[in-house]
Amino acid sequence: MTPAKPLPKPTAETLPFWQAAAQGKLFFQRCTACARAQFPPANHCPACGNRALQWQESAANGSIHSHTTVHRAPTAAFKDDVPYVIALIDLDEGFRMMMNWRGSDPASVRIGDRVSVVFEANASPWPLPQAVPVPAQ
Amino acid sequence: MISGVANTRVGEIAGSSCMSLHEEAARAALDDAGLQWSDIDGVLCAYSLAEPHPMLASAFCEFVGIHPNVCTALQSGGTTACIMVMLAESLVATGQCRHVLCVTGDNRATGMSRDGAVAALAEFGHGQFERPYGIGIPPAYGLVAQRYLHEYGATLEQLAAIAVEHRRHAARHPDAHKREPISLDDVMRSRVISSPLRLLDCCLVSDGGAAVIVSAADAGRDTRAPLKVLGMGQGHTHEHIVAAPSLTDFGCKQSSQRAFAQAGLTPADIDVAQIYDSFTITLLVELESMGFFERGQAGVAALAGELGLGGKLPCNTHGGLLSFGHSGAAGGMFHIVEAVRQLRGEADVRQVKDAQTAFVHGDGGILSAHCSLILGRS
Repeated sequence: MTPAKPLPKPTAETLPFWQAAAQGKLFFQRCTACARAQFPPANHCPACGNRALQWQESAANGSIHSHTTVHRAPTAAFKDDVPYVIALIDLDEGFRMMMNWRGSDPASVRIGDRVSVVFEANASPWPLPQAVPVPAQ
Repeated sequence: MISGVANTRVGEIAGSSCMSLHEEAARAALDDAGLQWSDIDGVLCAYSLAEPHPMLASAFCEFVGIHPNVCTALQSGGTTACIMVMLAESLVATGQCRHVLCVTGDNRATGMSRDGAVAALAEFGHGQFERPYGIGIPPAYGLVAQRYLHEYGATLEQLAAIAVEHRRHAARHPDAHKREPISLDDVMRSRVISSPLRLLDCCLVSDGGAAVIVSAADAGRDTRAPLKVLGMGQGHTHEHIVAAPSLTDFGCKQSSQRAFAQAGLTPADIDVAQIYDSFTITLLVELESMGFFERGQAGVAALAGELGLGGKLPCNTHGGLLSFGHSGAAGGMFHIVEAVRQLRGEADVRQVKDAQTAFVHGDGGILSAHCSLILGRS
Protein backbone atom coordinates (compact mmCIF):
# COMPACT_ATOMS: atom_id res chain seq x y z
CA MET A 1 0.00 0.00 0.00
CA THR A 2 1.25 3.47 -0.83
CA PRO A 3 2.00 5.46 2.33
CA ALA A 4 -0.10 8.59 2.95
CA LYS A 5 1.15 11.91 1.58
CA PRO A 6 2.10 14.67 3.99
CA LEU A 7 -0.92 16.97 4.36
CA PRO A 8 -1.21 20.45 5.88
CA LYS A 9 -1.40 20.62 9.67
CA PRO A 10 -2.30 24.25 10.41
CA THR A 11 -0.44 26.13 13.15
CA ALA A 12 -1.47 29.31 14.98
CA GLU A 13 0.19 31.39 12.23
CA THR A 14 -1.25 29.50 9.27
CA LEU A 15 -4.82 28.61 10.34
CA PRO A 16 -6.44 31.69 8.66
CA PHE A 17 -4.68 30.74 5.40
CA TRP A 18 -6.12 27.21 5.45
CA GLN A 19 -9.57 28.39 6.54
CA ALA A 20 -9.60 30.71 3.53
CA ALA A 21 -8.35 27.88 1.31
CA ALA A 22 -11.32 25.78 2.47
CA GLN A 23 -13.52 28.57 1.00
CA GLY A 24 -11.55 28.61 -2.26
CA LYS A 25 -9.69 31.82 -1.41
CA LEU A 26 -5.93 32.39 -1.55
CA PHE A 27 -4.82 34.46 1.44
CA PHE A 28 -1.47 36.10 2.14
CA GLN A 29 -0.28 38.66 4.65
CA ARG A 30 0.78 42.25 4.05
CA CYS A 31 2.81 44.24 6.57
CA THR A 32 0.90 47.32 7.76
CA ALA A 33 4.21 49.17 8.25
CA CYS A 34 6.45 48.39 5.25
CA ALA A 35 3.72 47.03 2.90
CA ARG A 36 5.76 43.95 2.04
CA ALA A 37 3.79 40.83 1.07
CA GLN A 38 4.61 37.91 3.38
CA PHE A 39 4.43 34.19 2.74
CA PRO A 40 4.65 31.68 4.42
CA PRO A 41 2.42 33.17 7.14
CA ALA A 42 4.26 34.61 10.13
CA ASN A 43 3.43 36.41 13.39
CA HIS A 44 5.61 39.39 12.51
CA CYS A 45 7.17 40.90 9.41
CA PRO A 46 10.61 39.32 8.85
CA ALA A 47 11.64 42.40 6.86
CA CYS A 48 10.87 45.18 9.36
CA GLY A 49 9.85 43.45 12.60
CA ASN A 50 6.36 44.98 12.71
CA ARG A 51 3.90 42.66 14.42
CA ALA A 52 0.79 43.92 12.61
CA LEU A 53 0.31 41.80 9.50
CA GLN A 54 -2.96 42.04 7.64
CA TRP A 55 -4.56 39.13 5.80
CA GLN A 56 -5.49 39.95 2.21
CA GLU A 57 -7.01 37.93 -0.59
CA SER A 58 -4.85 37.32 -3.65
CA ALA A 59 -6.29 37.45 -7.18
CA ALA A 60 -4.61 34.03 -7.46
CA ASN A 61 -2.66 34.74 -10.62
CA GLY A 62 1.08 34.56 -11.08
CA SER A 63 4.01 33.38 -13.14
CA ILE A 64 6.51 30.56 -12.92
CA HIS A 65 9.84 31.56 -11.33
CA SER A 66 11.33 28.09 -11.67
CA HIS A 67 10.21 24.50 -12.13
CA THR A 68 11.43 20.92 -11.95
CA THR A 69 9.92 17.68 -13.18
CA VAL A 70 10.32 14.95 -10.58
CA HIS A 71 11.04 11.52 -12.07
CA ARG A 72 12.33 9.86 -8.92
CA ALA A 73 9.94 10.40 -6.00
CA PRO A 74 11.74 11.53 -2.84
CA THR A 75 9.36 9.48 -0.69
CA ALA A 76 7.24 6.41 -1.40
CA ALA A 77 4.04 8.48 -1.00
CA PHE A 78 4.71 10.19 -4.34
CA LYS A 79 5.84 7.13 -6.28
CA ASP A 80 2.59 6.80 -8.25
CA ASP A 81 2.64 10.49 -9.25
CA VAL A 82 5.88 10.61 -11.26
CA PRO A 83 6.59 12.44 -13.43
CA TYR A 84 5.12 15.49 -11.67
CA VAL A 85 6.04 19.16 -11.84
CA ILE A 86 6.96 21.28 -8.81
CA ALA A 87 7.03 25.01 -9.52
CA LEU A 88 7.82 28.16 -7.61
CA ILE A 89 5.04 30.62 -8.43
CA ASP A 90 5.46 34.38 -8.08
CA LEU A 91 1.95 35.67 -7.30
CA ASP A 92 1.10 39.06 -8.74
CA GLU A 93 0.80 40.62 -5.26
CA GLY A 94 4.52 39.98 -4.66
CA PHE A 95 4.80 36.71 -2.73
CA ARG A 96 6.09 33.30 -3.72
CA MET A 97 4.54 29.85 -3.22
CA MET A 98 5.43 26.29 -4.15
CA MET A 99 2.77 24.36 -6.06
CA ASN A 100 2.39 21.46 -8.43
CA TRP A 101 1.82 22.52 -12.01
CA ARG A 102 -1.36 20.82 -13.19
CA GLY A 103 -1.03 21.05 -16.97
CA SER A 104 -0.95 18.17 -19.40
CA ASP A 105 2.65 18.13 -20.70
CA PRO A 106 5.54 18.70 -18.25
CA ALA A 107 7.93 19.24 -21.18
CA SER A 108 5.98 22.37 -22.15
CA VAL A 109 6.55 24.26 -18.86
CA ARG A 110 8.66 27.41 -19.19
CA ILE A 111 9.92 29.98 -16.70
CA GLY A 112 7.70 33.06 -16.99
CA ASP A 113 4.58 31.10 -17.99
CA ARG A 114 1.36 32.48 -16.49
CA VAL A 115 -0.68 30.35 -14.11
CA SER A 116 -3.78 30.69 -11.97
CA VAL A 117 -4.46 28.96 -8.68
CA VAL A 118 -7.04 26.26 -8.07
CA PHE A 119 -7.73 24.33 -4.88
CA GLU A 120 -7.40 20.56 -4.84
CA ALA A 121 -9.21 18.47 -2.25
CA ASN A 122 -7.34 15.84 -0.25
CA ALA A 123 -7.87 13.63 2.81
CA SER A 124 -7.50 16.62 5.16
CA PRO A 125 -10.04 19.48 5.61
CA TRP A 126 -7.53 21.79 3.94
CA PRO A 127 -7.43 21.84 0.11
CA LEU A 128 -4.03 22.46 -1.49
CA PRO A 129 -3.46 25.43 -3.80
CA GLN A 130 -2.21 24.21 -7.18
CA ALA A 131 -1.15 25.97 -10.40
CA VAL A 132 -2.93 25.55 -13.71
CA PRO A 133 -1.59 27.05 -16.93
CA VAL A 134 -3.23 30.17 -18.35
CA PRO A 135 -3.02 30.19 -22.16
CA ALA A 136 -0.97 33.11 -23.56
CA GLN A 137 -3.19 35.93 -24.86
CA MET B 1 44.66 25.88 14.58
CA ILE B 2 43.84 22.53 13.05
CA SER B 3 46.10 19.90 14.57
CA GLY B 4 44.65 16.60 13.41
CA VAL B 5 42.38 15.25 10.67
CA ALA B 6 41.10 11.86 9.54
CA ASN B 7 38.49 10.14 7.45
CA THR B 8 37.37 6.52 7.66
CA ARG B 9 36.86 4.34 4.63
CA VAL B 10 33.84 5.62 2.71
CA GLY B 11 31.18 3.70 0.82
CA GLU B 12 29.20 0.67 1.88
CA ILE B 13 30.99 -0.43 5.02
CA ALA B 14 29.46 -3.68 6.28
CA GLY B 15 29.30 -3.86 10.05
CA SER B 16 29.69 -0.12 10.58
CA SER B 17 27.52 1.85 12.98
CA CYS B 18 27.11 5.56 13.57
CA MET B 19 29.18 5.32 16.76
CA SER B 20 31.87 3.01 15.35
CA LEU B 21 32.46 5.46 12.49
CA HIS B 22 32.73 8.31 15.01
CA GLU B 23 35.20 6.35 17.14
CA GLU B 24 37.28 5.22 14.17
CA ALA B 25 37.56 8.76 12.78
CA ALA B 26 38.34 10.29 16.19
CA ARG B 27 41.04 7.74 16.99
CA ALA B 28 42.69 8.28 13.60
CA ALA B 29 42.61 12.08 14.03
CA LEU B 30 44.24 11.74 17.48
CA ASP B 31 46.98 9.61 15.92
CA ASP B 32 47.35 12.15 13.13
CA ALA B 33 47.82 14.97 15.65
CA GLY B 34 49.96 12.97 18.06
CA LEU B 35 47.42 13.38 20.88
CA GLN B 36 45.73 11.03 23.38
CA TRP B 37 42.04 10.71 24.30
CA SER B 38 42.95 12.35 27.63
CA ASP B 39 44.16 15.49 25.82
CA ILE B 40 40.66 16.18 24.48
CA ASP B 41 38.77 18.70 26.66
CA GLY B 42 36.11 19.72 24.16
CA VAL B 43 33.83 17.61 21.91
CA LEU B 44 31.54 18.79 19.14
CA CYS B 45 29.37 16.29 17.23
CA ALA B 46 26.73 16.75 14.54
CA TYR B 47 23.76 14.44 13.87
CA SER B 48 22.87 11.06 12.40
CA LEU B 49 19.96 10.07 10.18
CA ALA B 50 20.63 6.33 10.38
CA GLU B 51 20.85 6.22 14.19
CA PRO B 52 19.36 9.53 15.33
CA HIS B 53 19.96 10.62 18.92
CA PRO B 54 18.80 13.91 20.48
CA MET B 55 22.13 14.20 22.39
CA LEU B 56 24.63 12.66 20.00
CA ALA B 57 27.73 14.31 21.51
CA SER B 58 26.93 13.02 25.00
CA ALA B 59 26.21 9.57 23.58
CA PHE B 60 29.57 9.64 21.76
CA CYS B 61 31.53 10.65 24.88
CA GLU B 62 29.83 7.86 26.84
CA PHE B 63 30.68 5.39 24.03
CA VAL B 64 34.39 6.23 24.00
CA GLY B 65 34.63 6.94 27.73
CA ILE B 66 35.76 10.57 27.86
CA HIS B 67 34.49 13.37 30.10
CA PRO B 68 35.31 16.70 28.41
CA ASN B 69 34.80 20.19 29.85
CA VAL B 70 32.69 21.23 26.86
CA CYS B 71 30.41 18.94 24.86
CA THR B 72 27.47 19.54 22.53
CA ALA B 73 26.00 18.59 19.17
CA LEU B 74 25.19 20.95 16.29
CA GLN B 75 22.79 20.78 13.35
CA SER B 76 23.31 22.96 10.29
CA GLY B 77 23.06 20.33 7.58
CA GLY B 78 26.01 20.12 5.22
CA THR B 79 27.77 23.12 6.69
CA THR B 80 27.83 21.67 10.21
CA ALA B 81 31.46 20.55 9.89
CA CYS B 82 32.70 24.02 8.94
CA ILE B 83 30.64 25.59 11.73
CA MET B 84 32.07 23.05 14.21
CA VAL B 85 35.58 24.22 13.32
CA MET B 86 34.52 27.86 13.59
CA LEU B 87 33.03 27.31 17.06
CA ALA B 88 35.99 25.17 18.15
CA GLU B 89 38.31 28.03 17.16
CA SER B 90 36.30 30.29 19.50
CA LEU B 91 36.51 27.74 22.32
CA VAL B 92 40.30 27.55 22.10
CA ALA B 93 40.74 31.29 21.48
CA THR B 94 38.82 32.12 24.67
CA GLY B 95 40.80 29.60 26.71
CA GLN B 96 37.84 27.36 27.46
CA CYS B 97 39.47 24.38 25.75
CA ARG B 98 42.96 23.31 24.59
CA HIS B 99 42.02 20.53 22.15
CA VAL B 100 38.52 20.31 20.68
CA LEU B 101 37.54 17.12 18.85
CA CYS B 102 35.03 17.77 16.05
CA VAL B 103 33.74 14.39 14.95
CA THR B 104 31.08 13.24 12.49
CA GLY B 105 29.87 10.00 10.97
CA ASP B 106 26.79 8.22 9.68
CA ASN B 107 26.10 4.78 8.23
CA ARG B 108 23.56 6.02 5.71
CA ALA B 109 24.31 3.45 3.02
CA THR B 110 24.10 0.20 4.97
CA GLY B 111 22.12 1.57 7.93
CA MET B 112 19.17 2.99 6.00
CA SER B 113 19.52 2.48 2.19
CA ARG B 114 19.68 5.18 -0.46
CA ASP B 115 15.87 5.49 -0.64
CA GLY B 116 15.67 5.74 3.13
CA ALA B 117 18.23 8.51 3.26
CA VAL B 118 16.53 10.47 0.45
CA ALA B 119 13.14 10.12 2.21
CA ALA B 120 14.55 11.25 5.58
CA LEU B 121 16.10 14.28 3.89
CA ALA B 122 12.70 15.29 2.45
CA GLU B 123 11.93 16.55 5.96
CA PHE B 124 14.08 19.60 5.21
CA GLY B 125 11.00 20.81 3.31
CA HIS B 126 8.32 23.05 4.87
CA GLY B 127 5.67 20.84 6.46
CA GLN B 128 2.67 22.80 5.16
CA PHE B 129 3.91 24.67 2.10
CA GLU B 130 6.47 22.36 0.47
CA ARG B 131 6.20 18.75 1.57
CA PRO B 132 2.55 18.26 0.42
CA TYR B 133 3.85 18.98 -3.11
CA GLY B 134 6.35 16.12 -3.12
CA ILE B 135 9.47 18.16 -2.47
CA GLY B 136 12.77 16.54 -1.53
CA ILE B 137 16.37 17.65 -1.69
CA PRO B 138 16.91 16.74 -5.39
CA PRO B 139 13.74 18.58 -6.59
CA ALA B 140 14.69 21.65 -4.53
CA TYR B 141 18.11 21.76 -6.19
CA GLY B 142 16.39 21.06 -9.52
CA LEU B 143 14.48 24.33 -9.02
CA VAL B 144 17.79 26.14 -8.44
CA ALA B 145 19.38 24.51 -11.48
CA GLN B 146 16.47 25.34 -13.81
CA ARG B 147 16.55 28.99 -12.79
CA TYR B 148 20.35 29.17 -13.09
CA LEU B 149 20.30 27.69 -16.62
CA HIS B 150 17.57 30.18 -17.54
CA GLU B 151 19.42 33.23 -16.23
CA TYR B 152 22.96 32.45 -17.39
CA GLY B 153 22.55 30.15 -20.37
CA ALA B 154 24.72 27.43 -18.84
CA THR B 155 24.52 24.04 -20.52
CA LEU B 156 23.85 20.53 -19.25
CA GLU B 157 27.26 19.61 -20.65
CA GLN B 158 28.88 22.11 -18.27
CA LEU B 159 27.06 20.53 -15.31
CA ALA B 160 28.17 17.11 -16.53
CA ALA B 161 31.79 18.31 -16.75
CA ILE B 162 31.73 18.94 -13.00
CA ALA B 163 30.64 15.35 -12.30
CA VAL B 164 33.31 13.97 -14.66
CA GLU B 165 36.09 16.03 -13.03
CA HIS B 166 35.04 14.93 -9.55
CA ARG B 167 35.23 11.30 -10.57
CA ARG B 168 38.70 11.92 -12.01
CA HIS B 169 39.74 13.41 -8.65
CA ALA B 170 38.23 10.50 -6.70
CA ALA B 171 40.16 7.98 -8.81
CA ARG B 172 43.32 9.36 -7.19
CA HIS B 173 42.03 8.79 -3.62
CA PRO B 174 42.24 5.27 -2.17
CA ASP B 175 39.34 5.86 0.27
CA ALA B 176 36.81 7.21 -2.28
CA HIS B 177 33.38 5.57 -2.66
CA LYS B 178 33.30 5.74 -6.49
CA ARG B 179 36.53 5.61 -8.49
CA GLU B 180 35.67 4.20 -11.93
CA PRO B 181 35.87 6.92 -14.61
CA ILE B 182 32.72 8.41 -16.17
CA SER B 183 32.27 10.41 -19.37
CA LEU B 184 30.19 13.47 -20.22
CA ASP B 185 27.95 11.08 -22.11
CA ASP B 186 27.52 8.83 -19.07
CA VAL B 187 26.34 11.81 -17.02
CA MET B 188 24.04 13.23 -19.69
CA ARG B 189 22.50 9.84 -20.40
CA SER B 190 21.99 8.84 -16.77
CA ARG B 191 18.34 8.83 -15.76
CA VAL B 192 16.61 12.06 -14.81
CA ILE B 193 16.05 12.38 -11.06
CA SER B 194 14.48 15.85 -10.98
CA SER B 195 14.97 17.89 -14.13
CA PRO B 196 17.42 19.16 -15.16
CA LEU B 197 19.41 17.04 -12.67
CA ARG B 198 20.30 13.48 -13.59
CA LEU B 199 21.56 10.64 -11.42
CA LEU B 200 25.23 11.50 -11.94
CA ASP B 201 24.57 15.17 -11.10
CA CYS B 202 23.67 13.98 -7.58
CA CYS B 203 25.93 13.17 -4.65
CA LEU B 204 26.36 9.67 -3.30
CA VAL B 205 24.87 8.14 -0.14
CA SER B 206 27.74 6.62 1.83
CA ASP B 207 28.80 5.22 5.16
CA GLY B 208 31.72 7.15 6.54
CA GLY B 209 33.15 9.28 9.29
CA ALA B 210 35.59 12.15 9.68
CA ALA B 211 37.23 14.07 12.49
CA VAL B 212 39.09 17.36 12.86
CA ILE B 213 40.93 18.42 16.01
CA VAL B 214 41.17 22.15 16.71
CA SER B 215 43.88 23.18 19.19
CA ALA B 216 44.83 26.39 20.94
CA ALA B 217 47.65 28.31 19.24
CA ASP B 218 50.18 27.39 21.94
CA ALA B 219 48.88 23.82 22.31
CA GLY B 220 49.04 23.35 18.56
CA ARG B 221 52.84 23.49 18.74
CA ASP B 222 52.85 20.17 20.61
CA THR B 223 51.14 18.48 17.68
CA ARG B 224 52.60 16.98 14.53
CA ALA B 225 51.65 19.39 11.75
CA PRO B 226 49.28 22.19 12.82
CA LEU B 227 47.73 24.55 10.30
CA LYS B 228 46.32 28.01 10.83
CA VAL B 229 42.72 28.97 10.19
CA LEU B 230 43.26 32.35 8.51
CA GLY B 231 39.65 33.34 8.01
CA MET B 232 36.13 32.15 8.90
CA GLY B 233 32.66 33.41 8.09
CA GLN B 234 29.02 32.40 7.90
CA GLY B 235 26.01 33.50 5.85
CA HIS B 236 22.35 32.65 6.45
CA THR B 237 19.44 33.74 4.25
CA HIS B 238 16.60 31.18 4.58
CA GLU B 239 15.89 27.52 5.25
CA HIS B 240 13.11 26.60 2.81
CA ILE B 241 13.67 27.12 -0.91
CA VAL B 242 10.21 28.76 -1.18
CA ALA B 243 11.58 31.53 1.08
CA ALA B 244 15.01 31.94 -0.56
CA PRO B 245 15.58 35.60 -1.55
CA SER B 246 17.33 34.49 -4.76
CA LEU B 247 17.85 31.22 -6.62
CA THR B 248 21.25 32.26 -7.97
CA ASP B 249 22.87 34.20 -5.11
CA PHE B 250 23.19 32.72 -1.66
CA GLY B 251 24.65 33.21 1.82
CA CYS B 252 27.96 31.83 0.54
CA LYS B 253 28.55 35.34 -0.77
CA GLN B 254 28.50 36.81 2.76
CA SER B 255 30.30 33.86 4.38
CA SER B 256 33.17 33.94 1.89
CA GLN B 257 33.46 37.75 2.03
CA ARG B 258 33.75 37.56 5.82
CA ALA B 259 36.38 34.81 5.64
CA PHE B 260 38.41 36.58 2.94
CA ALA B 261 38.26 39.89 4.86
CA GLN B 262 39.57 38.23 8.03
CA ALA B 263 42.34 36.46 6.12
CA GLY B 264 43.26 39.56 4.11
CA LEU B 265 43.05 37.48 0.92
CA THR B 266 40.96 37.34 -2.26
CA PRO B 267 39.72 34.36 -4.31
CA ALA B 268 42.73 34.86 -6.63
CA ASP B 269 45.06 33.97 -3.71
CA ILE B 270 43.55 30.48 -3.23
CA ASP B 271 45.67 27.53 -4.39
CA VAL B 272 43.16 24.76 -3.77
CA ALA B 273 39.43 24.82 -3.00
CA GLN B 274 37.18 22.25 -1.32
CA ILE B 275 33.62 23.44 -1.86
CA TYR B 276 30.34 21.72 -1.04
CA ASP B 277 29.05 19.80 -4.05
CA SER B 278 25.83 18.03 -3.10
CA PHE B 279 24.84 18.40 -6.77
CA THR B 280 26.78 19.65 -9.78
CA ILE B 281 24.64 22.81 -9.70
CA THR B 282 25.57 23.44 -6.05
CA LEU B 283 29.23 23.91 -6.90
CA LEU B 284 28.44 25.93 -10.01
CA VAL B 285 26.27 28.55 -8.27
CA GLU B 286 28.55 28.74 -5.25
CA LEU B 287 31.72 29.29 -7.32
CA GLU B 288 30.06 32.27 -9.00
CA SER B 289 28.18 33.62 -6.00
CA MET B 290 31.48 33.64 -4.06
CA GLY B 291 33.40 35.39 -6.85
CA PHE B 292 35.78 32.64 -7.95
CA PHE B 293 34.37 33.02 -11.47
CA GLU B 294 32.33 35.64 -13.31
CA ARG B 295 28.63 34.97 -13.81
CA GLY B 296 28.06 32.19 -16.31
CA GLN B 297 31.78 31.32 -16.42
CA ALA B 298 32.16 28.54 -13.82
CA GLY B 299 30.59 25.99 -16.15
CA VAL B 300 32.80 27.11 -19.03
CA ALA B 301 35.82 26.71 -16.73
CA ALA B 302 34.67 23.26 -15.61
CA LEU B 303 34.35 22.12 -19.20
CA ALA B 304 37.86 23.47 -19.92
CA GLY B 305 39.30 21.44 -17.05
CA GLU B 306 40.05 24.43 -14.80
CA LEU B 307 38.70 22.60 -11.70
CA GLY B 308 41.06 19.68 -12.27
CA LEU B 309 44.53 19.00 -10.96
CA GLY B 310 46.73 21.51 -12.80
CA GLY B 311 43.73 23.75 -13.58
CA LYS B 312 43.23 27.34 -12.52
CA LEU B 313 41.33 26.32 -9.35
CA PRO B 314 41.81 22.65 -8.42
CA CYS B 315 38.54 21.93 -6.64
CA ASN B 316 37.48 18.98 -4.47
CA THR B 317 40.68 17.06 -5.10
CA HIS B 318 39.35 14.10 -3.04
CA GLY B 319 36.33 13.76 -5.34
CA GLY B 320 33.80 15.65 -3.22
CA LEU B 321 30.32 14.51 -2.28
CA LEU B 322 29.74 13.55 -5.91
CA SER B 323 32.42 10.83 -5.94
CA PHE B 324 34.43 10.60 -2.70
CA GLY B 325 31.22 10.15 -0.74
CA HIS B 326 28.48 11.77 1.33
CA SER B 327 27.89 10.62 4.89
CA GLY B 328 25.84 13.52 6.24
CA ALA B 329 27.84 15.98 8.33
CA ALA B 330 30.95 13.89 7.63
CA GLY B 331 30.45 14.67 3.93
CA GLY B 332 31.19 18.34 4.60
CA MET B 333 34.08 17.37 6.87
CA PHE B 334 35.83 15.37 4.14
CA HIS B 335 36.41 18.72 2.41
CA ILE B 336 38.25 20.06 5.47
CA VAL B 337 40.32 16.88 5.81
CA GLU B 338 41.39 17.12 2.17
CA ALA B 339 42.29 20.82 2.47
CA VAL B 340 44.57 20.04 5.42
CA ARG B 341 46.26 17.17 3.56
CA GLN B 342 46.85 19.44 0.55
CA LEU B 343 48.45 22.18 2.66
CA ARG B 344 50.66 19.70 4.50
CA GLY B 345 51.82 18.25 1.17
CA GLU B 346 50.37 14.86 2.14
CA ALA B 347 47.94 14.45 -0.75
CA ASP B 348 50.06 11.95 -2.64
CA VAL B 349 49.13 11.77 -6.36
CA ARG B 350 46.38 14.35 -5.74
CA GLN B 351 48.86 16.96 -4.52
CA VAL B 352 48.41 20.50 -5.81
CA LYS B 353 51.99 21.67 -6.22
CA ASP B 354 53.17 23.95 -3.40
CA ALA B 355 49.65 24.66 -2.10
CA GLN B 356 49.87 27.46 0.50
CA THR B 357 46.24 28.52 0.93
CA ALA B 358 43.06 26.47 0.86
CA PHE B 359 39.43 27.57 0.79
CA VAL B 360 36.78 25.30 2.32
CA HIS B 361 33.06 25.83 2.09
CA GLY B 362 29.99 24.04 3.44
CA ASP B 363 26.33 24.56 2.58
CA GLY B 364 23.40 23.23 4.58
CA GLY B 365 19.77 22.75 3.56
CA ILE B 366 18.89 24.17 0.15
CA LEU B 367 21.86 26.53 -0.10
CA SER B 368 20.44 27.91 3.18
CA ALA B 369 23.24 27.92 5.76
CA HIS B 370 26.82 28.65 4.74
CA CYS B 371 30.21 28.63 6.40
CA SER B 372 33.58 29.34 4.74
CA LEU B 373 37.05 28.63 6.13
CA ILE B 374 40.42 29.73 4.78
CA LEU B 375 43.38 27.63 5.87
CA GLY B 376 47.05 28.38 5.44
CA ARG B 377 50.44 26.84 6.13
CA SER B 378 51.67 27.80 9.59
